[in-house]
Order: sequence, then structure tokens, then C-alpha cells
Amino acid sequence: MATIAATEPVPAREIARRRTFRNRWYRTPAFVAGATILLLLIAASLAAPLITRYDPNGQDLLHTYAHPSGAHWLGTDELGRDVLTRLIYAGRVDLLTAFFAVFFPFCIGTALGCLSGYYGGFSDTVVMRLVDIVVAFPFIVLVLALVFVLGPGQRSIIIAITIVGWVSYARIVRGEILVQKRLEYVLAARAAGLSDARIIARHLLPNVITQAIVFSMSDIVLSVLAIVTLSYLGAGIPPPTADWGSMIADGESLITTQWQIATFPGIAILLTGLGLSLLGDGLADLLAPE
Amino acid sequence: MADTNWTTLLEVRDLSMHFPLNDSLTRRMRRKQVDVLRAVDGVDLTVARGEALGLVGESGCGKSTLGRCIVGLYEPTGGQVLVDGQELPSRREPADRRRLQMVFQDPYSSLNPRMTVHQAIGELLRVHNVVPRNRVDERCRELLDLVGLPPSALDAFPRQFSGGQRQRISIARALALEPEILIADEPVSALDVSVQATVLNLLSDLRQRLGLTMLFIAHNMAVVRHVCDRVAVMYLGRIVELASGDELFSNPRHPYTQALLRAVPRIAPGHATQRDAVTGDPPSPVNLPPGCRFNPRCPRAADVCRVEDPPLERRGEHAAACHFAWSDPGREP
Amino acid sequence: MSLAEPILSVRDLRVEIPTPHGVVKAVDGIDLDVPRGSALGLVGESGCGKTMTLRAIMGLLPGRAHISGGEVVFDGTALSPDSLGRLRGDSIGMVFQEPMTALNPVMRVGDQIAEGPRVRLGQSARVSRERALDLLRLVGIPDPERRYRAYPHELSGGLRQRVVIAIALASSPQLLLCDEPTTALDVTIQDQILHLLARLRAEMGLSQVLVTHDLAVVAQNCERVAVMYAGRIVETGTVAEVFGSPRHPYTRALLRSVPDFDDRRAQLESIGGMPPDLITPPSGCRFHPRCDMAHPDCASVDPPLKALGPGRGTACRYHEELARSG
Repeated sequence: MATIAATEPVPAREIARRRTFRNRWYRTPAFVAGATILLLLIAASLAAPLITRYDPNGQDLLHTYAHPSGAHWLGTDELGRDVLTRLIYAGRVDLLTAFFAVFFPFCIGTALGCLSGYYGGFSDTVVMRLVDIVVAFPFIVLVLALVFVLGPGQRSIIIAITIVGWVSYARIVRGEILVQKRLEYVLAARAAGLSDARIIARHLLPNVITQAIVFSMSDIVLSVLAIVTLSYLGAGIPPPTADWGSMIADGESLITTQWQIATFPGIAILLTGLGLSLLGDGLADLLAPE
Repeated sequence: MADTNWTTLLEVRDLSMHFPLNDSLTRRMRRKQVDVLRAVDGVDLTVARGEALGLVGESGCGKSTLGRCIVGLYEPTGGQVLVDGQELPSRREPADRRRLQMVFQDPYSSLNPRMTVHQAIGELLRVHNVVPRNRVDERCRELLDLVGLPPSALDAFPRQFSGGQRQRISIARALALEPEILIADEPVSALDVSVQATVLNLLSDLRQRLGLTMLFIAHNMAVVRHVCDRVAVMYLGRIVELASGDELFSNPRHPYTQALLRAVPRIAPGHATQRDAVTGDPPSPVNLPPGCRFNPRCPRAADVCRVEDPPLERRGEHAAACHFAWSDPGREP
Repeated sequence: MSLAEPILSVRDLRVEIPTPHGVVKAVDGIDLDVPRGSALGLVGESGCGKTMTLRAIMGLLPGRAHISGGEVVFDGTALSPDSLGRLRGDSIGMVFQEPMTALNPVMRVGDQIAEGPRVRLGQSARVSRERALDLLRLVGIPDPERRYRAYPHELSGGLRQRVVIAIALASSPQLLLCDEPTTALDVTIQDQILHLLARLRAEMGLSQVLVTHDLAVVAQNCERVAVMYAGRIVETGTVAEVFGSPRHPYTRALLRSVPDFDDRRAQLESIGGMPPDLITPPSGCRFHPRCDMAHPDCASVDPPLKALGPGRGTACRYHEELARSG
């Protein structure tokens, strides 16, 4: 079959050069800024023992409510615990919990969204009605109720947020699939006899996942806030484990005098949110096929 | 439908594709009428081996839907599709699907933006075992060569190509499965004029070289005339005229075909008319007029046209669905 | 103001678009004349600058595109980009390609036609409504009283385009600028719309500029034509002159690449190569890399549009050779 085309062939130089992720990421300021902030935060929480020698739960009742000083860079709280140490260890807990509280909804929601969007019909109806039920409740109220039922702790929080959080991903992915499945490249794949599973996994998923990924960035922020809120309300990570929400709750009434206890966790949450937001913007830019 | 000396490769019998509109559980429970869009409403066609049949019509005539039914993307509401005398089931097996492939209209959405050319074509070759695994690369290169693209195109993404180049890739992909029948659905409509020529020449070349049988769907009559042996004209889900290219364009028998030909602008002077070729707008395929579908806009409509739907009547190699198709030879309104 | 003076004159118009990759010279010095009461066709393929030219005349350049040189003279008066904007919708009407996006989907079509007279001309609601009904009749919409109250999505493509034309006519313009007005329409509907435009020309003396890639549409509906390539005009003349005996290789190549009813050739001729880069156009004549009769000096000398006679021009230095080879 190796014959020379009678039609005028296209020379190689007429094919445009590719601008991949690899050679674009460093020229996208949002991505670089966001990634930097997050990497610093993650690095700090991982390298906690290297940064501070204090025990996050180690009390020092002789030096309670100390302001920032050489010995305690960010001061101490009501039990003499070093705020900086607690801040960093809390970061570990909060970031990790938030990550899983987004990862599982992402997977479940994407899977259900794919099936519901591609097949339509009965499966679509079932999934969408489930979505309707979940969405009928305010987010925090439902999560709170679930945490009460499941008991306190990190695992419960992740499960509760997963049960409530999958709907956003399902809707986003379903919407994208509804659009993409009518496009001609999908029709071509169907006409070529490719199986549904292959079409969903190899053709549709890479083209719909971008939206879900970008959403997940802001979802991590929302999860952090949810976890913080739960802790603040006393339904989150149980004490004495350090966690930004409980730190803020503890330090709230003392904001005018012992400002260090509540303020620094607040700043940490702010930075996390900023980093994720920038990263999300940058990714949205970079992941678009063109 | 008996054919003369050619072997029929593709046959379509009484094919229909109806889409229900406003269908819902509540409507059905209340036993309310469900509107039906008769996109394709009883079409008979034969395409001989190695022949290029053109299918023309305006928007809403059902030509794209017909093409998709034939290639197996839709399950027809009624009728049959036969290849080489063998009926293809509505739900096609992969082996059946190999025999008919399609080239689509929009170069910008007919290729997966996230797959390289190599991945896209290679996937088809592998899934269908067209060649042994160690020859997939080589076959990809051969296919690209067939459409006039260099090997460096293999590792490129669709966004790196122009519209005409993308259509070449689509053609290469369609040929990967070595189909007997190629259905081209408006393959050049979205391309620039000078690029259209390249793709049309390519399709003609490939047809001759590979002995492909082609169904060429288009709204541009001049393009169809250039590429096809026979041409069928569709209106509101039916074929209203069918003849060889030369015969159809020099001696159209159906008033709609005549109107279409009058309406097409030409570069050479002397063709422009003072009056509109056809008055009014096409009716919706949901509410079809009784009798002949064209009667509300037909300059020759008589009483019988409003009552009786004319069948596609054959005189030799020329068929037309009009009560007056053969009664007034050569008369133009 | 003599009647022989063109209604629209464009001299050395330039439009530039700054981009991160450089400045795109979308329109690079073009001259146009539209005689009163006639239709000028502006043809070329995508990226040639014909749409940008029209938008520059309308004062509707998108984004960061701007007029970087030249002048536009309408009805004897030279215009600045600002005054162009004031004439738009008044003495100059516009018709776009997609009637669905040109119309407000939540407003009745009659009201959209009446809006211009009511708001710009200060006419009363009753008077403007009457005018809208007249216009609906003028553009050939049957049953105008009922259609007045229709929303755009209730109308077919052809009717919508007629409404767009009616809106453009509401202020009694002297010039109608049409950007691919029939490209999105079926051929029988295109036929109707083009007949309508011809009737407006004949009955109202409405001058028109028709931008399209379809040579046949221009051949049948315009008196004069200008062929554009890479931001320049490469050939002008009457339709009979340019399409009958082209004097530029690009025009000839275009004519040969279009499948034509009257001449069924075995192979259509395609134009090799790629559309030119408008940030750094080819040196010399912009068409030379793709030209089938390029001479060595075509790569170094940039030929201007040379007049061959009244209203006839070509930008090819070897046009005589072209005419001889046929």
C-alpha cells in the first residue's frame, strides 16, 4: 500500500510547532506563583520537625500567652504550646484531610458523571435525582449532620465531605460529556467500532477532566474551610491535635490581646486559598488544548 | 430494485429514521400525541461497487442523518442496510463496522484534540488487528503517505494542522480500517475554496486507486457534480430525484431539482434570473404537508399534488418523484 | 457632490492588530471605490483581510485591532474612526453572516426594527411601528402584522436574515455593508436574499459592498469586484473583466480551484503552500511563494496595484504574460 500520493503532499515545515505544557508552564505566571506558594506550604508541613523542635502538644504552663519572641517566633497559646509548631503540624492535618476530602469526591463524581452523561436514560435520571437530594441541603448542615452520625475524627470528616461533595464533580463532568459526546471525533470513534469503555476512558475523559481538575483546586480551598468550620464548631478534628480551625476558635475571644493565636492560622488559610486559586487559574490556562 | 450490469455493494431499503420530540413520561401517561421528526422517511438507494453516489439537499432534508444511519451511528426506525447482499444489523459488530467508514464535516471537531495522529490511527489499527502489532507504526506512515502527509505528522496534535490538513488526517483515519465503503459527510464544506480542491482531488484519487465505493453528501451541487457518477436529490426525508450526474444537471425532472439548479450561482455570465428560484421557506419535518412534500412551494403544484404523495418513479436510469416529471419533457416554468 | 462620485472611497487603508507574537498587518494599504447605486464584491479566502476591511469602514474593529493609516471618504466627507461610529446604523447599514446572533433573542423582531427609528430618529412608538411594518413588507416577509410579534427563534434562517436587512434599512441608509450575508443560508434561500438585495439596489439606489469567499455569488450579484490576498487588493475591475479574463495569478488560481457547472474538469487545481504569515509577510509580492508563474524578481519587488484602465487594476507585474497564456 506504500504508494506516492498524486495529490500534492504537505511538506513537514508546514506543520505548526507544538506548544506543550512542558514548554509553557514557566511562562504562565499564575501557575508558577500558585505552585510556589503551595510547594512552600507543603514543604513546610512535611519538614515540620526540621523547622521547629517543639512538640505541638507540649504544654509549658509557665510561658502561656507569650507574644512572638526569639524563643517562640509566633508566640504561645493558652497552654504554652508553641504557636508556630502547632501551625505547621495543623497544616499537615488540614491539608491532608482536605486533599482526601477532594480526591474521593473527584473520583466518584467523575465516574458517575461519565456514566450518567454518556448513557443518559435511566442511569442519568437516577444520578441526577441523587444530586438533587444532596443539593437540597446546605453543604455545611449536611456535613455537620453526617459527622455527628459518624462520630468525630479525620476519617468521618473525609467520608462526610465525600458524600456531599461528589455532586459538583458529577455535574461538571456530565455537562462536559454531554457536549463532547456529540462532537465528531466521538462519532468517528463509535463508527470505528470502539467499545463504550474505551471511548469514555480514552477519548472523553481526557477532554472533560480539565474542568474537574480546575474545580478541584477551589474545592480544596472549600474543603479546608469546611474542616476549619467544623473544628471551629467543635465537630472537627478532636483536641488536642492541632488544627487551624480549633486554633482560631481557641484564639477568637483573645484576638485583641493575644492576637497571635488566631491570626496566624487565619493567614495560613489565606495563603493556602491564594495558592490554590492561582494554581487553578494557571492550570485552566495550561490544560486547555489550545 | 434490479440493477443492470454493476454489482451492487451498498443497498438501502425503505430506511426511516424518526426522532420523537417532546417525549416524556408525563406526556405518555396522559396519552398525548408525541411529535415525530421524520428526518429520513422511506429511502431506497443502491450504490454499485466502485461508484461514487452524491447525495444533495438543503438543511433539514435528512442527508446527514441518512449517512449516519448507513454507517451505523444511528439505529434506524425502519428499513435495512445491506452490504454485498448481506443485511447489517442495527447494532453493528466491530467486523461489520470496518466495512463502512465516515469522513466528517468539521475539521476542528472531528479529531480528538488530545491524541496525536499516531495515537488516533494506531488505536484503530490495534483494536481491530488490521496489522500485527509490530507493523502498526509502518502502516500509520503508509496511511499518511497515501494522503500526502509527511511522517513527522505522526507525533503532532490536531491543533498543529490547518483545516485542509486535518481533513487529510480524517481521511487517513477512515481508511485505516480498510473499508469498502466511504461515506463523506460534507467533507469540504468547512474549508477554504482553494483547499477544497486539494481534498476533492485526494478523494477522487483514492477512490480510483483503492477502488473505494463512495457516498458523497454535500449541499454544494457543483462539488457533487465534480466528484460523483450518480446524484440523488433529497427533500424532507425522501429522495425526489436520482440520475447520473450529467443527466441530472442537464435534464432535471423534479421541480425541486430544477429550482436548486436555478438557485446555484455561477461564475459564467447569463445564469442569473430575475425571480426567486423557489418561494417561501421549507416546512418543518415535524409537520409535513399532505400529498407531495414539495407542493406548498412548487410552481407546478396541481390538485393531485396536494392529495397524493408521488412515488419515486423510474424511467431507465433516471428516477423522479413527481406526478408531472415525465409529462412535459424539457419544460421549465 | 456629483452623482459620479463614489458613495464610498477608501484610500491606503491599514489595519493592524498587536499580538504577543508581533503586529499582524491585517489590511495593508488598500484602495476601494463603490459607485453610487452599485454593488462591489470583496472576495478572498479566510485571513485575507476582507472582513477587517469592512469592520474598519464600519468602525467596529474587534479587540486591539485599529486603523493605522489611510482614509475613508463617505459621501464626499472624510471620516475619522469616531465619526465612522456615528454613521453606523444611520447612513451606513450592516448585514452580518449569522442572523441568529445578530438579533436580540428576547426581543420581538418588529420591536428590533422599530428601535432604530424610535431611539435614533426620535419617532413616536406608533410611527416607528408603522415604519417597521413597511420595512417587513419591503423585505418580503409575508403576513407582516403577525411576524412583527415573533421572536427570532420562531423564524427560519431566511426570514431572520430579512429581518436583519430590515433593521439595516430602518434609517434609510445610502450604503449597505454585508459580511458574508448568505454563507450560512441554504442555496435556495440565498437566492431569495440575493434577489432582495438586487431589488433594493434597483428600486432604492442602495449601494452595497458584499464581502464573501464565494466567487459565484459575486459574479451574479455585483457589478464590480476586488480580489484580496494577504491584506492587499490584487485585482479590481468589473465582474466580467476579472472573472472573464483575470490578470492576477491568484485570481486565476482561485477560478481554477472552484468546481464549476459549466466546465467539468478532471482535476481541480489547488493552490499549493500555506496562507501567508501576516506578521512577517513574504518579501516582494506576497503571493510569489505559491504562484505558478513567479519570476525571480517577484521575491524582491513588492508590486503596487497598477491601473490597466478606468476601474481596472492588477498587482501583478507580469499580467500581460498571464493574459497571453490564458
